[in-house]
Amino acid sequence: MHTEFLMGNEAIALGALAAGVQVVAGYPGTPSTEVLETAAKRGAGRIYVEWSCNEKAAMEVAAGAAYAGARTLVTCKQVGLNVAADPLMSLEYVGTKGGMVVMVADDPGPISSQTEQDTRTFAQFSKVPVFDPSSVKEAYDMVREAFELSELEGTPVFLRATTRVDHGYEAIEVADEQDWKTHDAEGFVKDASRWVIFPRLSVVNHANIERRNARLAKEFSDCPFNSASNASSDLPSAFARKGIATHGINYSYTQEALAALGLEGLPVLKVGTPFPFPEDLALRFLQGVDEVLCVEELDPVIERSLLQVCGKHGLRVAIKGKLTDNMALSGENTIESVQRAIADYLNVQVSDIATKDQDMPPLPVRPPVLCAGCPHRASFYAVKCAMGKKKTVFCGDIGCYTLGNAHPLNMVDTCLCMGAGITVAQGIYHVEPDTKCFSFTGDSTFFASGITGVVNAYYNQVDLTVIVLDNSTTAMTGHQPHPGTGRTMMGDAVAPVSIEAVLRGIGLKTVETVNPFDHELAVSTVQRVSELPGVKAIIFKSPCVMLSKPNAKSVVSASDCIGCKRCIRELGCPALFFENGKARIDETQCSGCTLCEQVCPVGAIAGGEKL
Amino acid sequence: MRDNIVLCGVGGQGTVLASRLLSTAAMLRNVPVKAAETIGMAQRGGSVTSHVRIGEGVSSPLVAKGTADLLMAFEPAEAARQLSYLKPDGVAVVSNRPVIPVSSVTGGPAYDLNAIMDYLKSHVERLIVVDADAASSALGSSRVLNVVLLGAALHSGALSMDADVMREAIHARLPQRFLELNLSALDYVKQV
Repeated sequence: MHTEFLMGNEAIALGALAAGVQVVAGYPGTPSTEVLETAAKRGAGRIYVEWSCNEKAAMEVAAGAAYAGARTLVTCKQVGLNVAADPLMSLEYVGTKGGMVVMVADDPGPISSQTEQDTRTFAQFSKVPVFDPSSVKEAYDMVREAFELSELEGTPVFLRATTRVDHGYEAIEVADEQDWKTHDAEGFVKDASRWVIFPRLSVVNHANIERRNARLAKEFSDCPFNSASNASSDLPSAFARKGIATHGINYSYTQEALAALGLEGLPVLKVGTPFPFPEDLALRFLQGVDEVLCVEELDPVIERSLLQVCGKHGLRVAIKGKLTDNMALSGENTIESVQRAIADYLNVQVSDIATKDQDMPPLPVRPPVLCAGCPHRASFYAVKCAMGKKKTVFCGDIGCYTLGNAHPLNMVDTCLCMGAGITVAQGIYHVEPDTKCFSFTGDSTFFASGITGVVNAYYNQVDLTVIVLDNSTTAMTGHQPHPGTGRTMMGDAVAPVSIEAVLRGIGLKTVETVNPFDHELAVSTVQRVSELPGVKAIIFKSPCVMLSKPNAKSVVSASDCIGCKRCIRELGCPALFFENGKARIDETQCSGCTLCEQVCPVGAIAGGEKL
Repeated sequence: MRDNIVLCGVGGQGTVLASRLLSTAAMLRNVPVKAAETIGMAQRGGSVTSHVRIGEGVSSPLVAKGTADLLMAFEPAEAARQLSYLKPDGVAVVSNRPVIPVSSVTGGPAYDLNAIMDYLKSHVERLIVVDADAASSALGSSRVLNVVLLGAALHSGALSMDADVMREAIHARLPQRFLELNLSALDYVKQV
């Protein structure tokens, strides 16, 4: 063993490697991405790792490898699990041979996601057992335990962590590489009665799964990741029969809050395996209290489970939490919010810590923005200029380019989920065919789930301009390769999949590729192409500015600038600002993309270099 | 060693490296350390924070409000935004160079630097303002602001670690070719 300072996601990857994982597949998504990246880096030469096209592909690749007896890991964020739901729901009925862990990162807040869904609830729905770590160290320990459980029971197992564990850091002890387990995969053994799902098989396996989960609920009551503490003897009697039930990072917030209140001795139930729920342990805990406050993020999973235990066993214990408005219904908890909720529950005073904020001057707001020099800004601006006051709808998608919604571009009218821009635009077209419908899809999103949408549009005869924003990377999540980049996660150079060839293969007659920084050409292309009937596509191709790292800078000539603010108002580039009646450019941010030079009505900006 | 530190700035300013150096320093002295970072959408020009907690018996990686020994701000408005984390006698080390967001030019709240600096001065007893432009020109680089701020913090006595362990951390973490620049950045405030 040795000590390393690790991010939670790195610890999960190292735990999987120590458990002898052989195949890792996933799709990038905050806050899950670093698990697969770390597995690839630290397991290089030992294991197979891929960024799959999407989460469904990842789940199926991992399932196949597990059928063949390998230990496999799937990584995705919570909304990625929705994409992979189809194979996972059936896989639970079929079962696995090699250990298979599905690592899902949940995002309370949400900080970088569309939803606040809870994978603990998904576990109940899919009947897949779930581990919920409360710290980086526990995440490392749980992933190893999850592999053992999976292999023993022949079921996929969830490891579900939230942002503060995924992106928390801790110095922890980890196994040395020479002590990592190794596995010999037996290989796939043909057996149609096992690997081919049929109704007959499903009804038998359904009952088996329910019986197994009832058994696991009992076994989990003795699992070291679950614990129940009794009231300490020095606890004032007023608090002795008031308990707290919690999970994940909230367990650490609870500990901090109780320490701050001087009430460390309060009874606490910590649930590390929310499904199957450790019923016997919970029952013993409930028998020692009159009231329980459930400190949870996302869904009230423990709260509902405790209500169920109370109902089943006829206990008169008041269960409080989200369902009783003792805890916030949405958003992320903090040490402060947990401390306040516990203080209110116990009816004790806490000193107000936030007094410093009262006379604060108005602060500037900082929503995330497209980077200075981002090609997406140029693409959105070209379409905006080309369409002017025409009746249009701009259906956006998931990626950095969702930020095109912000003022002053205002170029994202809808955003739903990966790939939806192309199909949502079709629905709008069917209702109002006189609207010029556009979809904006990034290159990685196009491969993940955009292609079927284009096929649907072509087959069903809609008028639609498909815009592909091709910056040659998966930018938002930190620049992962995808099928169009010609690089795999194993480091191999492979033949890139051509977006243009895919579109032409579907049948599109018009597919034009344009550099969005050539503003005049980009505008005229959009004007011409959008007037054509049927489905047509424009690929705006220019590399992500964070990867191309250009050296040129644009500079405003103070003597020529007339102070009209056109560059600032039109583009919203973070490198542009206004000072002493003139536009200025922050040279530490500018990449010299020249878009502002092309927008300036008096030619006062120069020095950049078109990529 | 027992320190609660909150670092704040704007996505892309280099808060993560500063946080990593602090954690490395703790590890070099075998002191437990936990940390939390903003990773994701906010890295695109949004407000970012890093929390570092050094010492025995820490459970949450996040610092509770009103308990930070040190607030290290790469940007004045972000210092004001995160000031509630600082404990009453804590030290705030603040770079004076504003990063003005597009929103303040396109209809959002304006950036009133004087009001923000006045607010910081009247609310923080132990405030250290670092002249970022002067530091950049003296050191010949605007890329080591994070280490300049670290040096100012260590010099102020806000932390229980000393400059020697930070020098070791810099040696452990940074490539050879950047060592000299970063070591001078660490001592910059002392010399001024």
